[in-house]
Amino acid sequence: MHSAVRIAITGVGLTAPNGNNLEEFRASLLNGVSGVRPYSIRYFGDTLAGVCDFDVTRYQKRKDARNGTRAGSIAIYCANEAINYSGLRWPSADLSRVGVYLGITEHGNVETESEIHNLRQFDYDLRYWSHFHNPRTVANSPAGQVTVNLGITGPHYTIGGACAAGNLGIMQGAQQLMLGEVDAALAGGVSESIHTFGIFAGFQSQNALACHVEPERASRPFDQQRNGIVIAEGGAIFMLERYDDAVRRGAAVLGEIVGYACNSDANDFVLPDAARQTECIKAALRRADMTPEDIDLVSTHATGTELGDIRECQALNMAFGEARGDHQVYFNNTKSFIGHAMGAAGALELAGNLPSFEDQAVHPSINLEHPDPQCKLPGCLVAGRTLPNIQVNTILNNSFGMLGINSVVLVKKP
Amino acid sequence: MTREEIKQAVIDIISEVLPDDDCSQLEPEKDLREQLDLDSMDFLDIVMELRKQYGVEVPEEDYPQLASLQSSVDYLEPKLKDK
Repeated sequence: MHSAVRIAITGVGLTAPNGNNLEEFRASLLNGVSGVRPYSIRYFGDTLAGVCDFDVTRYQKRKDARNGTRAGSIAIYCANEAINYSGLRWPSADLSRVGVYLGITEHGNVETESEIHNLRQFDYDLRYWSHFHNPRTVANSPAGQVTVNLGITGPHYTIGGACAAGNLGIMQGAQQLMLGEVDAALAGGVSESIHTFGIFAGFQSQNALACHVEPERASRPFDQQRNGIVIAEGGAIFMLERYDDAVRRGAAVLGEIVGYACNSDANDFVLPDAARQTECIKAALRRADMTPEDIDLVSTHATGTELGDIRECQALNMAFGEARGDHQVYFNNTKSFIGHAMGAAGALELAGNLPSFEDQAVHPSINLEHPDPQCKLPGCLVAGRTLPNIQVNTILNNSFGMLGINSVVLVKKP
Repeated sequence: MTREEIKQAVIDIISEVLPDDDCSQLEPEKDLREQLDLDSMDFLDIVMELRKQYGVEVPEEDYPQLASLQSSVDYLEPKLKDK
């Protein structure tokens, strides 16, 4: 890393459609358990989604859950779980030196849609518009709800980064630690997107919403029969600390963030650009002082859209395709299990792969029955079954989003 | 609505707004804020529910009339007597 400050991951809190903590999530990924199920939402009707079933009231009063948002409840659950996992003494830690940095794809659509729906029964009389509308829809809301819940008086904000946002939250947390702005960062991403009909209708209008008679088979990145995205909710928040601080307090370090990069395609609202993605991957490698030969596992972004998957493979070939000697790179895809968790996707997908440093396994991509020849990757795409006995020392985590935002985070075994 | 029905309606709304609080033993004369975890946004929630469920408009200058269960019933009785 070009900064002398090393960054450690010391805790993970998450909720995914197939697990409500790292252990459960990892077990589902290793055992091929999907979290995609039938789902129905107003105006749109029956569809599929990745739905979480975490216990909202474990860390939140019912009143606070009622007054807050789904993204807030997800963030509060994940933040509390991350703190517990990290073993950081709480609340005796200096809470003015803790920061909360959460990636979001969008925010406020759920509340606005609900308010207009509610207003309809009152003939659009604005006296019935909720006084909670503004605190629920301000862009910092999910991160702010975490600070209210936990008494954190350090900085908090969200980072709007479309589907790259989970990685961006992690990067922001790492950067603020490097700058010395905080001593601990709760960083990651959250998404409540399945509660807005607009996102389903929007992807449907783009011909990019997945469907399948068997829900768990609908999310099929890199497969010839893929037909779009399965939308999911969820969240993953990491406890990040400066490496030296973590070691000093005797924390168990799960991984070290050794590189990252973010750039822009600068050419289209929705169509990805393989050349810019390649540059992003290479920039992350440069920051880590690594080459493709140093990467063991690539957690791909692929969402199951025809063009998006092809472009990412092109980018990975351009970034990795140069001479690599005998080194084998493994590739997998977490969205095939849980769908696309939007602002949480990058963080959740990294979390799902982190345990491979310890358990020496690479979770597969499921639903990969007819690999698309246009999706050839420069290494081994792990399909169908978990690959055991693999030495994983580095993970490269891709996360890309609309308006051409690309992000890569690189994590090393501690 | 009778006074008893109005009192129950107010208790039901408060229970909805404050799901963590026990509203079964509220002292009628005592200030609600002294008995419940009730902040200003919750209070606006109660005003909104009265509007939504019973069509009652409570102007801001009348908010003090809703300080206790007893004063709420006194205030709402003429507004709800024909409902």
